[in-house]
Amino acid sequence: MKFLQNTGLTLFVIGLVIFTVIPLLGTWKLESSMVAENTKEMHREVMVEILDPMYDKTYHSHFAFISDFYSHFNAYNDSLKAEEKWDQVIWDDYAFPLTKRASVGPVPSSPLLFLFLSIGLAVLGGLLYILPLYRNETAGIKNDGIYFSSMKARGWLGIVTGTYLIGFYIILYWYPEYLTNLVIMVDPLSQFLSGGPASQWFLYGLVYTLAILVMGIRMFRKYRGNSYQTIRTVSVMFFQLSFAFLIPEILVLFNMPWHDFKNIWPLDYSFFYEYRLEGMLNSGALGMFMLVWGILLIIIGVPIFTYFYGKRWYCSWVCGCGGLAETLGDPYRQLSDKSLKSWKIERYLVHGVLVFAVVMTGVTLANYFMEFGLLGEATNQLHSIYGFAIGSAFAGVIGTGFYPFMGNRVWCRFGCPLAAYLGIVQRFKSRFRITTNGGQCISCGNCSTYCEMGIDVRWYAQRGQNIVRSSCVGCGVCSAVCPRGVLKLENGEESGRINDMPIIIGNNSINLKS
Amino acid sequence: MLFLIEKIESGRIFPMNEISKNIVIIGNGISGVTCARNIRKRDQKVPITIISGETAHFFSRTALMYIYMGHMKYEHTKPYADDFWKKNGLRLHQAWVSSVDFANKRLVFQNGEEMGYGQLILATGSIPNKFGWPGENLEGVQGLYSYPDLLSMEKHTQSISRAVVVGGGLIGIEMVEMLCSRNIPVTFIVREKGFWDNVLPDEEANLVSRHIREHHVDLRMETELAAILDDGKGRVKGVQLANGEIIDCGFVGLTVGVSPNISVFKGTELETSRGILVDETFQTNIPDVYAIGDCAEFKIPPGPDRKNIEQVWYTGRMHGETLAFNLMNKNQVSYQPGIWFNSAKFFDIEYQTYGHVPPKLREGDWTFYWEDSSGKIALRLLFNQQDQLLGINAFGWRMRHAFFDRAITEGWEADKVVSRLHQASFNPEFYKDLHKLLIVAYNKEKGKSIRVPKRSFIQKLIGSRA
Ligand SMILES: Cc1cc2nc3c(=O)[nH]c(=O)nc-3n(C[C@H](O)[C@H](O)[C@H](O)COP(=O)(O)OP(=O)(O)OC[C@H]3O[C@@H](n4cnc5c(N)ncnc54)[C@H](O)[C@@H]3O)c2cc1C
Ligand code: SF4
Repeated sequence: MKFLQNTGLTLFVIGLVIFTVIPLLGTWKLESSMVAENTKEMHREVMVEILDPMYDKTYHSHFAFISDFYSHFNAYNDSLKAEEKWDQVIWDDYAFPLTKRASVGPVPSSPLLFLFLSIGLAVLGGLLYILPLYRNETAGIKNDGIYFSSMKARGWLGIVTGTYLIGFYIILYWYPEYLTNLVIMVDPLSQFLSGGPASQWFLYGLVYTLAILVMGIRMFRKYRGNSYQTIRTVSVMFFQLSFAFLIPEILVLFNMPWHDFKNIWPLDYSFFYEYRLEGMLNSGALGMFMLVWGILLIIIGVPIFTYFYGKRWYCSWVCGCGGLAETLGDPYRQLSDKSLKSWKIERYLVHGVLVFAVVMTGVTLANYFMEFGLLGEATNQLHSIYGFAIGSAFAGVIGTGFYPFMGNRVWCRFGCPLAAYLGIVQRFKSRFRITTNGGQCISCGNCSTYCEMGIDVRWYAQRGQNIVRSSCVGCGVCSAVCPRGVLKLENGEESGRINDMPIIIGNNSINLKS
Repeated sequence: MLFLIEKIESGRIFPMNEISKNIVIIGNGISGVTCARNIRKRDQKVPITIISGETAHFFSRTALMYIYMGHMKYEHTKPYADDFWKKNGLRLHQAWVSSVDFANKRLVFQNGEEMGYGQLILATGSIPNKFGWPGENLEGVQGLYSYPDLLSMEKHTQSISRAVVVGGGLIGIEMVEMLCSRNIPVTFIVREKGFWDNVLPDEEANLVSRHIREHHVDLRMETELAAILDDGKGRVKGVQLANGEIIDCGFVGLTVGVSPNISVFKGTELETSRGILVDETFQTNIPDVYAIGDCAEFKIPPGPDRKNIEQVWYTGRMHGETLAFNLMNKNQVSYQPGIWFNSAKFFDIEYQTYGHVPPKLREGDWTFYWEDSSGKIALRLLFNQQDQLLGINAFGWRMRHAFFDRAITEGWEADKVVSRLHQASFNPEFYKDLHKLLIVAYNKEKGKSIRVPKRSFIQKLIGSRA
């Protein structure tokens, strides 16, 4: 078994290395026909002209290619800007499609081979490593050695992993032209699913989904014997694979807008953006359904489900961000900060983002209905600030890149506006709570340590108090790791749910309120 | 001068009149700290000082094993953040008390410093037992009680090829589990016939023994230690059993119980027996001196089926709560623990008990024992002749404390308990419906026809517990 696992690790690392070098492979050669093909009609003539010096030159690295592209492209735009001819400036991003199109070499000629050698090997290696985990061991808590692990306790492996993830996200969001070979490699798959070529988002979606599936299998191994964890993990794997990955691609195949039916505003912050509304309104009955369904989820789905089950129904059962956090992020859950200070920061930040999202959407809708009055400018500004700071930097770079540094729920805890909304309902009107079992707590601290949301669960448990917190995503791990059976996630009567002045059972001398 | 001013950790100097009110607690364990917290809740001003030599801050002794196993670090085992103490005006002083001058109300520390007190609360906990075995003081031979013990265990279990743990109690099995987590082969020597059989009935003891073996532990029941062998350099090299067999090992864990930690008070006017003798209000024989937690010994046990010395976490907490109440109130209450409860974990199997279940069935009582086919889940219900519930042992099945506290207090009959077990279960959602299996077994064994409670579709859908 050790041999299989070591082989798995080796394959995984090889896959990762190949994945990392693929963008560098081959040469780049641009032709005018390519430019014509990949630019909008209004820009075609100019683009073909300004890139003229690049034609038929062979570039041996994409760095050289991209830098040459920008020097010509920016020179053109800069001169227009200097003359204040704002309407002629080209705002579209042509670096990505042109770099992609200009790539020649092994990757474009055998994309599937490279897909197998990179992502394929990583998945295969991952499975070989994961499947034999805890074999011949009894079911139970498998936290041995976590704090001795370089990967899981902020050692050098964790730092390298976090840095890699952060780097990947920065390139993905802001410099996707450097990833084009990877996108080329998944083109055939995209063609198969949606009938169109892949974008960087398709690549990202694929990697994301595979990460949830493979690490979901790890969850089955790790939490074997715990039905709650198993069923919950099946649920996030299902929603990611179908709702977030396959269905949207199939919609595109049928000329529908790409749509993730389980993504809810304000996490899906662009839901009310003009292009999305137009897209839905122009897609017939199904488009209409998307719009109505999305709105129903916001105003009825969230409150009702949260009333009955707590926010966990979404955050740790359905959501994609939650899905990644609960699978890929599980090894890092213990790294979340439990201090009172971080709780304070959390409340300011997450509700701040919610307010931002609401205001932005309000302005967007006002603008939409007033048809580009003065608000147009403000809307664009707000969209780009939100998209950059919250949508990309916070949710992506920090949200996932910081797993090995600050735990797996940084985004969900400090940034997600939907989590804030769900949390308000959960705190004030819900049947969900974590019940504390009388006086059984021994203050050991396992529950707090393994809470990914940084809740000091023990603080409540040791004083016999139920845990009712807006941030709790109901992952159930506190209950799993508690060695004394003190914690139970449950939905029940509202009366007695919040017991601020608990009485710990067992001492009849006095009626002690903690 | 020394009698007029006091030096404490922070370097603050307290005037004499404050000293007379100063409440000093020796011991920052669960009992001492609970007492301090509860005094502070009732009185914002009274000066409170908590002394301990072991660690600067209160930590959870029960979590020591998890530090060794890498589940947590030391700082995770502290129930309160380090700034909690200052915020609540609780002075901490890390030092060992070497003697107490009860007549002059003064403590003397190992480094020669002194401190006066108004009221003194002794919460000094326990120390591991040793029975005078040859070699018991060798390097690599130790008990597990304190944080220094843990550090020593860490140091002495590096690159050893086998460890031996002596004594089949709760700390013993924890030590075995700790060693297993580091893949160190363990021989577990237990003198009794069944594991922890001074507490557990046979079936339960067997269940636990099987599970220990499942973890590849070399468990030796009815085996006694004769001597611990020296490698010639003062380190342990093995143990010799009473039957002459020698087991080579690099580490020996001695977990044969604990005793009250009272050496500092021996030979003073403080009345002690095995522990510090107290009445039902934790008052010792000396005015203004109290004892709580592991170190206290009741002159009269606090209830039927209760012991004179209570050495568990929960009782330490309750002692602290009750004493704090008494110190802050004119009308005194006596310590009246409610229904007994306790819990532990044997590797992967959780154990909870409510009420009193003796290892041997008493005349007139009767019991129903059910074990799941996995052999890892079990429930024992104990009733008296009048068919009133006395207590339960639950293995691998979490139970609701409030439910059994009530059922035992009210003396529910067997049928009632069995038919309501679904309300008692505290297992996570989606776990096997154990109560259904148990009802079937109960009906069969007792010739009853209790029906499995049905939950409506709606109840199931919203996950309602009722
Ligand atoms: C490994 C282990 C696991 C356990 N698991 C459980 C469990 O699961 N459930 C359960 O109910 N119980 C458990 N117990 C028992 C429980 O921890 C004790 O009953 C409880 O901690 C006792 O608390 P206490 O406040 O009386 O004393 P302690 O926690 O022992 O505190 C006494 C303190 O006093 C200090 N002290 C003593 N003498 C002096 C002196 N002269 N000068 C200065 N300071 C002094 C000591 O340094 C110590 O810090 C466990 C015990 C151990 C060792
Ligand atoms: S894990 Fe359980 S026993 Fe430990 S502190 Fe949390 S609730 Fe208490």
